[in-house]
This record gives sequence, structure tokens and C-alpha cells, in this order.
Amino acid sequence: MSASTPRTGLRAWLTTDTPGSRRHAQAVQAYVRWRALSRNTLAMVGLAIIVGLLLMAAFAPQLATYDPIAQNLADRLLPPLSAGHWLGTDELGRDIWSRIVYGSRITLYIVVLVAVTAPLFGLIIGTAAGYFGGWVDTVLMRLTDIFLAFPRLILALAFVAALGPGIGNAVLAIALTAWPPYARVARAETLTVRQSDYISAIRLQGAGPGRVIFGHIMPMCTSSVIIRVTLDMAGIILTAAGLGFLGLGAQPPLPEWGLMIASGRKFLLDQWWVATMPGLAIFIVSLGFNLLGDGLRDVLDPRSAGK
Amino acid sequence: MAEAETIDAEKTREARADLDAEFDDAPTGGFRLPGFATGIAKSALALAFTFLGLLLITFLIGRVIPIDPVLATLGERASTEQVERAREALGLNEPLYIQFGIYVWDVLHGDFGKSLMTSNPVIVDIARVFPATLELATIATVFGVLFGIPAGVLGAVNQGRWPDQVIRFVGLLGYSMPVFWLGLIGLLVFYGILGWVGGPGRLDATYEMMMEFDMTPVTGSILIDSAMAGAWDIFWNAISHIILPAAVLGYYSLAYISRMTRSFMLEQLSQEYITTARVKGAPEWRVVWIHALGNVLVPLITVIALSYATLLEGSVLTETVFAWPGIGLYITNALFNADMNAVLGGTVVVGATFIALNLFSDWLYKYADPRARK
Repeated sequence: MSASTPRTGLRAWLTTDTPGSRRHAQAVQAYVRWRALSRNTLAMVGLAIIVGLLLMAAFAPQLATYDPIAQNLADRLLPPLSAGHWLGTDELGRDIWSRIVYGSRITLYIVVLVAVTAPLFGLIIGTAAGYFGGWVDTVLMRLTDIFLAFPRLILALAFVAALGPGIGNAVLAIALTAWPPYARVARAETLTVRQSDYISAIRLQGAGPGRVIFGHIMPMCTSSVIIRVTLDMAGIILTAAGLGFLGLGAQPPLPEWGLMIASGRKFLLDQWWVATMPGLAIFIVSLGFNLLGDGLRDVLDPRSAGK
Repeated sequence: MAEAETIDAEKTREARADLDAEFDDAPTGGFRLPGFATGIAKSALALAFTFLGLLLITFLIGRVIPIDPVLATLGERASTEQVERAREALGLNEPLYIQFGIYVWDVLHGDFGKSLMTSNPVIVDIARVFPATLELATIATVFGVLFGIPAGVLGAVNQGRWPDQVIRFVGLLGYSMPVFWLGLIGLLVFYGILGWVGGPGRLDATYEMMMEFDMTPVTGSILIDSAMAGAWDIFWNAISHIILPAAVLGYYSLAYISRMTRSFMLEQLSQEYITTARVKGAPEWRVVWIHALGNVLVPLITVIALSYATLLEGSVLTETVFAWPGIGLYITNALFNADMNAVLGGTVVVGATFIALNLFSDWLYKYADPRARK
């Protein structure tokens, strides 16, 4: 195809300089960004890892070779590459590969729950602070600063101590400690749109604060919050695994990766694979999120893209 | 950890924005001291507020917990009268805000209550375990600074070329590895297989006994105490034990410090004074390591202080893996024994240290810069 022929079809529609509608413009922008992102090899590796994780969680029953919690004491602590257990077995004879496969569901469950609740909470706090201003702003931002000034893992530990161990409480504890950065971002965005004409117009039509905030300010904040969430994913995974490792997250016999490392710790020097394999899984997944997040930041943040 | 990095980066940026604002408002000419004093008053007020908030959070957590403090101290067989008297003595019949007031008052007097685990006052326990954490975090930070700053400078000088990519990737690996797993793998390889370093704990059991009986703890840091007493065999044994956990923890500080150094250096290297220095014929190493790095050091102090604060937090998991008897291990052990006084006391101490270091680094940034002193 020569350069002089006018391009037609979807690609032309996606690369046009004169979009016909707002949605069209958004599609063009998304396409341009995707092109920039797809040139970044490391980011694509990260994306592949995450897609792999999603597929693994979706097709866990098909990928697993054994029941993840079925014990078989005759086959305990088999080394990797033994017959039928290519990653070996743990101290109760459970197949490590199958446990890692099912563990991906728990990891996803925790990450998704935190990634939905913490930003939502942060959005509400941040937009309210930015919209109302005055003492509401002062109080809410002071609160945010207090949480920001607190070491997160220690705060999460204290929360779990109060609520009791378990996946649900671990999610709650991580979410309770993860929201402040989102509140900051949302407040900054709110301050920039608060005085716009369209907000005044809606208020003159009689909309109350709730309607203005939820219907007209929050949608403006979501995109920057979403970027932030992608960058935070790896941190959430590591915190969740840390809580699991300490025995405060998922409880046995669930195949949570951090918990699996904790139980493999006892056999570390003689049966290294029991603790090593689930650790590799955590490492690969959080590396995937970090690589993608790094690439996304380069694409979406114009300041770092120029460098 | 990656999370912590982004927040910290944000904080640094904010600190600098505040700084700029302060310069704009600063009266031109003459007296600088009043601004300085207000700055301190402001930080003191912010510190007080944040600390009060910290206490409020721990107080509320302590209230939600389903363990009844009366039952915990008296046991289940206490009579109704005894329970009532204990409730009165503990102030549990007062309204919540008065209870909170009592709690703040006690904490300000260093009274966190008694630990159920050790039956010592919590503050005594913490004074015993805190030096171990401090020692570990300090060595780790030294490690991070020694390797992180040169790595960041190399990355900036070779921007976009392979050394930069390698350093960036090594940093990303650090951000992605669970610290407890890296610690376990380190133990497996360097202790279990190679035998190069000491195992878990601060000393071998025999040296532990010697330390216990022959030496009076002065600073609580085994390295300093044994060196001062001239007990070099203990000193070297302690080194062999601290080197691995410090390296594991220091890796994270390295990743953060090198990333920040790189971006600060890039900023400086694009300045005109660098071009001037090159035009004057200054050798390239001098331009990079003296001219540019010299100007980067001030913001780097902030970064180092922040990473030090983060290490105190990161030490919870590391201490568990290496059986390092510091405050992190103390808190986690207390958790499993439902020893709420110890958990909350430890949380308050770590939180307060964290807040103080944050404030200190902000303050350093504002006043270590010679431009702020004119």
C-alpha cells in the first residue's frame, strides 16, 4: 500500500485529525495512546502477564491437574518435575501447581475488591473536600494526612488485629489504608473544575451538592484515579501477600500465595520449592502490574513522556 | 513498596511546591528569622494534630476489638463487684471522649499499659526491642545510599542506553518482590547452601550468652556495644547476622534512592551551569560527580530520610523472616497473643517515629538549601 492512497476503514477512522463527535475523539485518543503503549516492549510484557493471570483464574479447573486442597500424604514433599507434579508437592502432598493456579483467583479477588472500594472511598472524600472547601476541606484533608503519615502495613496489621484474620478483613484493612492517595488526586481534580461554568449552570438549575458531586464532578476525576489504581496494583498484591504470610489474611487450607510461602518456610533448607514457587508467582504478577503501570504512566503523563 | 515510593515521590514534590510558595511569600530583604520561627511553629502544630489523629485511630481500633480489657486482666472467675471496681479503675464507665482524654494523657506520659505477653510495661519492652530495628534500618539505609546514588547517577548519565535500562529494571525487580520471600531465598542460598552469612537472629546462640552475661548494654545496638567493649568476635558475628537482612531491606531503599537520584540528576544535567562548566573545560567526571551531584544532594537528603522511615515499616516482614528481635517482630508476636496493649503501643511508637521522620525531612529540605538562608 503506497502512502499516497487515502486510508480508509477503521484505521483511518481511528487516526483522523478531524473527529466528528466527542466519542470519536475519545476513540482516536485511545488509539493513539494504545499505539504509544504497544511500542513499549516492557509494558507489553506486563500486559501479557496480567492477561495470563486473568486466563489462569478463569480456566483454573481446566489448568489445575489436581484438587488444590486434596491431601495425599504418600506423595508429600515431592521435588519439582516428579511424575504428575511438575512443580512438586507440599507437606500435605498437595500439588503446588494446582494450588498456584487456584491461588490466582484469591489474588484477583483481593486486588479487584481493594481496587474498587479504596478509590471509591477516596473519590467521595476528595470530591467532597474539594467541592465544599472551608472547614469540611480542612477536616477531611487533615484526616487524609493522618492516614498518609501512617505506615500502611502497620496500620493494616492493627486493623486486622481488631477485626480478626480472614480474607474479607484483610481486604477491608488494605482498603482502609489505601484510600488517602486517591482522595488527594480527586481533591486536586475537583478544585480545577469546581469554578467551571458548567458546574454553575447545573447549580443554577437547582441541583444539590450530592447531584453535582456524584453526577458532574466525580466523572471528571475518574480517569486520573484509574491511572493511580494501575500503579497501585502491585503494592496491593504485595500487602495482601504479606498479610497472608503473617497468617492474618486467607486462612488454611485456602491456596493463597503468601500463606503458601509461610507454610513452606518450615521446609526451606531441605525442600526449597515449597516456599519458592508461590513466591515466584507473586513476583511475576506484581512485576507484570509494575511494568504495565510504568508504561501507562509514560503514555498518560505528558511530563514524563517528554523525557 | 512500589506504593510507598509513589506516595513519597508525591510528598517530595509537595514539599518542594510548599517551598516555592514560601519563597514567593517571603518578604524581600532583611529579616528571615520570623519566617523561620513560624515555620517551626507550623510544623509543631501539624505534628501535634497528626499525632493526635494517630492516637484517635489506635484508640478506636482498641475500642472495636472484641476482647474485654476487664476480662483480660481479671480472668473469668471475677465477681461482679470486682469487675465493677476494675471497670471504674480503668475508666471504662466514663464517656468515650473522657476515655480518649485519659488515653492521650497516659500515652504522653509514656504509659501504654502492661503487655500480657511479657507482663512488663509496654514502654519498657519497646525500649528493649527498638534499638534492634534501628540498627537494621540504619545499616540497610547505608547500603541503599552507597549503591543507590551511584546507580542513579549512572542511569542519568547514560539516559536511555543499556546501563540506564538495566538499572531501571533491577529497581523494578525490587519493587515487585515480596520482601519476606526475598529474605527466605537469601537465607536459603547464602546461609543454607553457601554458608557465607549467619542464620536468623542477631547473634549465634553462644555469643548471645556472652552478650547477655559479660556485657552491659549501653546503646542497645550490638554492633556499637561490642565495638566499644572491644569484643571483636561478637562484633564480627553480629555483622555476619545483620548483613543479609540489611541487604534485603536495603535493596528496596536502593531501588527508591536510585530512581529519585536519576530524576534529580536529569533535571540538573539539563541546566545551563552544566553547559558552562563543560565549555570552561571541566572534566566530565567533575561536571557529573561534583557540579551536578552537589546540587542534587539537598533534595536527596529528604529522599533518604523518607526511605529510612519506610524501612521501619518494611522491617515488620523482614524481622519475622530473620527472627530479628525488633519492634516489628514484637508487634506481630503480640498480635498472635491478642496482646492489644503491646500492638497499639508498638503501632503508636512506629507511627510517631514515621511522622517525626517525615516532618524532619520536610524541614531539612526547607532549611538545608543555601538559597533558603539568604
